[in-house]
Amino acid sequence: MKRTTLDLWVGIFVVAGLAALAVLALKVGNLSTYSMSETYQLQAHFSNIGGLKSQASIKSSGVLIGRVAQISLDPERYEAKVTMNIDKRYQFPKDTFANILTSGLLGEQYIGLIPGGDEEFLKAGDEIKKTQSAVVLEDLISRFLYSKAEDSKQLNK
Amino acid sequence: MTIVEHLRSLGHRIVNAVWRIGYTSRFFLLILLYSGISFRRFHLTIKELFSSGVMSLIIILVAGLFVGMVLGLQGYETLKRYGAESALGSLVALSLVRELGPVLAALLFASRAGSAMTAEIGLMKATEQISAMEMMAINPIARVVAPRFWAGVISVPLLSALFSAMGVFGGYVVGVVLIGVDQGSFWSQMQAGVDFQHDIVNGIIKSFVFGVAVTAIALFEGYDAPPTAEGVSGATTRTVVESSLTILFLDFILTAFMFQGE
Repeated sequence: MKRTTLDLWVGIFVVAGLAALAVLALKVGNLSTYSMSETYQLQAHFSNIGGLKSQASIKSSGVLIGRVAQISLDPERYEAKVTMNIDKRYQFPKDTFANILTSGLLGEQYIGLIPGGDEEFLKAGDEIKKTQSAVVLEDLISRFLYSKAEDSKQLNK
Repeated sequence: MTIVEHLRSLGHRIVNAVWRIGYTSRFFLLILLYSGISFRRFHLTIKELFSSGVMSLIIILVAGLFVGMVLGLQGYETLKRYGAESALGSLVALSLVRELGPVLAALLFASRAGSAMTAEIGLMKATEQISAMEMMAINPIARVVAPRFWAGVISVPLLSALFSAMGVFGGYVVGVVLIGVDQGSFWSQMQAGVDFQHDIVNGIIKSFVFGVAVTAIALFEGYDAPPTAEGVSGATTRTVVESSLTILFLDFILTAFMFQGE
């Protein structure tokens, strides 16, 4: 079979299409950030996760070290159970603190890990005991309003 | 008497529509059944890939660039009101990858290549080339229709990927180079907002479905066209109208399935 210029053009077309797809996947999408080496799983219970979603990032000192794998409601404790995939390169002490934080005022929520001083490390499947829930803006505002009201009552007396 | 006539024409239309649906389904199954030859003799498909895919490249690339640039401008104007210009990247990329890329690429493909397919096959039928093939015991569906079908099905996803990539580039040119949105936040917000499986893969699935629908409609209209000059022109018009409406309708259905409740 003879090769023709037609084949060349169709080849260019297909290669360009696949290249566009690769650009979309790597440059536009988040496929490049999936390239985390091996991970291990940790769990944590939160009384309120706010707007945390699966695939949300897990950071320690601001560095991305993992992603939220799964979120479900624990039917026994009535608390949110969050499963996290953490990069194998990073080990955390047993008394590590897990907070749900917000990047910026309206940004997305992520889990921040603050390592403690314990000498033993968390193993795969372990649970982080010390957690702090998401700050819900409405609670904050209502608490502020109540305290204001208390203050003005005391002033009036 | 007039009522009876109206009823009669209504009944005729309904019967005709049902007949066409049945014929279309049978035609579609025949294409799938006889598509072996378009892979065994792949140069037939290559030739059609050239005339439908490669020749649509220019219009797709230029249209993608300008759609991306318009998105960049309009998105910036709207986001500026909320002080969220840095989200421009994710706005441009999400709207292109999820919706505009697949839909507009398929619409352009329908009018650029689908109409040509219909006219070509309709004229082949009008000049009795298809009957001549049948006389020579060559199956016209296997020889003429199936390679065009597979060429269309392969082309449309590639074209829509090119459209989206070009659109993102256009948004980048307007947003970052011309207006001056911060380059780092443009790309990082885009990568944070666009999920590979949820957005890009679903966009490709959409464009694949559109490719099947557009080429099947174009080929059927050509194959079914009355063998006259008027018949071929009517069939070409119907191809563009029907495939555009089908794309938009399917887009709604697919979007409802893919992105519900997120």
